[in-house]
Amino acid sequence: MRPLPSVTGTVAVLDRPDVDTDQIIPKQFLKRIERAGYGEFLFFDWMKDPGFELHATPGASILIAGRNFGCGSSREHAAWALEDYGFRAVLAPSFGDIFRQNAILSGLAPIALPVQELSRVKEAVATRNELTVDLERLRISHPGGLELEFAFDPHAQETLVHGLDDVARTLRRDGELAAFEAGYTPRFDLAKIPA
Amino acid sequence: MSRTLFRKIWDQHLVADGGDSAPSLLWIDLHLVHEVTSPQAFEALRTAGRRVRRTDLTVATMDHNVPTTDGPITDPLAKQQLDALRRNCEEFGVLLFETGSGREGIVHVIGAELGVTQPGMTIVCGDSHTSTHGAFGALAFGIGTSEVEHVLATQTLPQKRPKTMQLDFAGDLPFGLTAKDMVLAAIGQIGVAGGVGHVIEYTGSAVRNLSMEGRMTICNMSIEGGARAGLIAPDEKTHAYLAGRPAFVESNWSDFFTDEGATYDVVHTVDISALKPQVTWGTNPGMVAPVDGVVPDPADFADADERAAVERALHYMDLAPGTPLQDVRIDRVFIGSCTNARIEDLRAAAEVVNGHRVAEGVHAIVVPGSAQVKRQAEDEGLREVFERAGFEWRRAGCSMCLGMNPDILAPGERCASTSNRNFEGRQGAGGRTHLLSPTMAAAAAIKGHFADVRELA
Repeated sequence: MRPLPSVTGTVAVLDRPDVDTDQIIPKQFLKRIERAGYGEFLFFDWMKDPGFELHATPGASILIAGRNFGCGSSREHAAWALEDYGFRAVLAPSFGDIFRQNAILSGLAPIALPVQELSRVKEAVATRNELTVDLERLRISHPGGLELEFAFDPHAQETLVHGLDDVARTLRRDGELAAFEAGYTPRFDLAKIPA
Repeated sequence: MSRTLFRKIWDQHLVADGGDSAPSLLWIDLHLVHEVTSPQAFEALRTAGRRVRRTDLTVATMDHNVPTTDGPITDPLAKQQLDALRRNCEEFGVLLFETGSGREGIVHVIGAELGVTQPGMTIVCGDSHTSTHGAFGALAFGIGTSEVEHVLATQTLPQKRPKTMQLDFAGDLPFGLTAKDMVLAAIGQIGVAGGVGHVIEYTGSAVRNLSMEGRMTICNMSIEGGARAGLIAPDEKTHAYLAGRPAFVESNWSDFFTDEGATYDVVHTVDISALKPQVTWGTNPGMVAPVDGVVPDPADFADADERAAVERALHYMDLAPGTPLQDVRIDRVFIGSCTNARIEDLRAAAEVVNGHRVAEGVHAIVVPGSAQVKRQAEDEGLREVFERAGFEWRRAGCSMCLGMNPDILAPGERCASTSNRNFEGRQGAGGRTHLLSPTMAAAAAIKGHFADVRELA
């Protein structure tokens, strides 16, 4: 995963509530067994509409979205598609729980901002489309002077900023894992299922 | 200290406690795997030289991509993904119930069927409808592919402790209504983001009175209300359903309940005493109305975001405000999915269908949730009832719930569906999905439009 200490770039605005992961990446693209190359299928059906919001800001690296962004299906392909398309951060009032976690583990920062603060960011980028999201300092800044702080889970921050492998982090805790396993009995028995 | 059902399960599975703010390391009792969200996870294990830590706690099946008609798979990409799962399970030593094994089926149907789903467990799967297993008092939630990899490699997940929500159904469920009507009404009330960040515990005598199948339908749709997991406290009915299943091991199920005096972060009450059969009209499951209602007018929504979303939804669904739902004609009927493809669902739909014919111009299919449900339904004569009425009887799989297989809607087609999501294009690009119960889907098939199943002669 690419480290993400901060991102500076232009902003795309998709001001719709409850955008589900079926829209972000439709089902027909989930049959691939690779992890890369989903960017060209991002918002596949909506992209066919010449008036679709994302066409207004090609090359954007930050997405401003509506509440409950990424609700629905657990498909991590949604986060992969956004990241592969070029987004490194999504700012929204709230996120679907599974999407938020998938984004963090895919090198895409899901940042929840109160609606009023998000409005200020939108106003600022409407004047001049440039924004910096600093994951190390947990600050959003606009060249026009707007500066905002945001909250972010420290574990997730570390994962994103340094592009860490979460599995390796857990495997390093082998003592804790082994201690739990020593006192553990499975709750079912697969060996009892007749072939 | 008194604790909620959720908290009891959580506390029992802590490998390391992160408290209120940091992630805890949570042990996972059962990891269910399917073909769509696992290939990249297995590939990552291979690249890093890692193994599956607990193959005895991992079960795989094929469901999303499999065709539901007889004959070999023709889609090369789907075949590649199914072959990859077979190869990965062999290489990593994971038990796989593949198509044709007789034990395959939708992952959230076979869990309880096999007896690997048990009260008090933690269960994950790379599928958001993993919440289904909460019906047995298990903490069960959907995960992404990176987390699938994490669980394969470590049998744990770093998770921040979610908040708790009680969703209490008040009153008795009126005659002729179903668990699907209850959960659709609940989502209509709390909204599709109502449960974000929370684990829901469903309570009330109406929940206790439901069969295990009905409880699974309710927990299944927790994610449609934004909650990653939904729970129902286990009881004698839960135990009786599981006892004797192939992988069943006796559990201390009666320990798993919410203590008196324990509090939830949020409490909602959904009054179902005057509930009517529910039908969705829009493009998310919260856009729902009673069958005798009308398509709403965007102008009636005060919130600007919501108004715009309703306008957009009605445009996509090609519905005019004020149209009575019973006047909306349908092209397709789908009875199936992890929400409503268990034996009880098929029995209820067959009872409605018996002696009737599918309306002219309507194409209706029944897709059992598993190979076992299919066999059982055939033994009970349900297949004949459906086929006599003009329904197609298919092989088990996810089928038309998500259109990853040949079962899809054509653009503009309107479908009465017992599945869980009516998102744009969910059942096929340009397709229009209305969610309802199996009995309501059966009634729609017969009438050719939405109809109150209770008024069907």
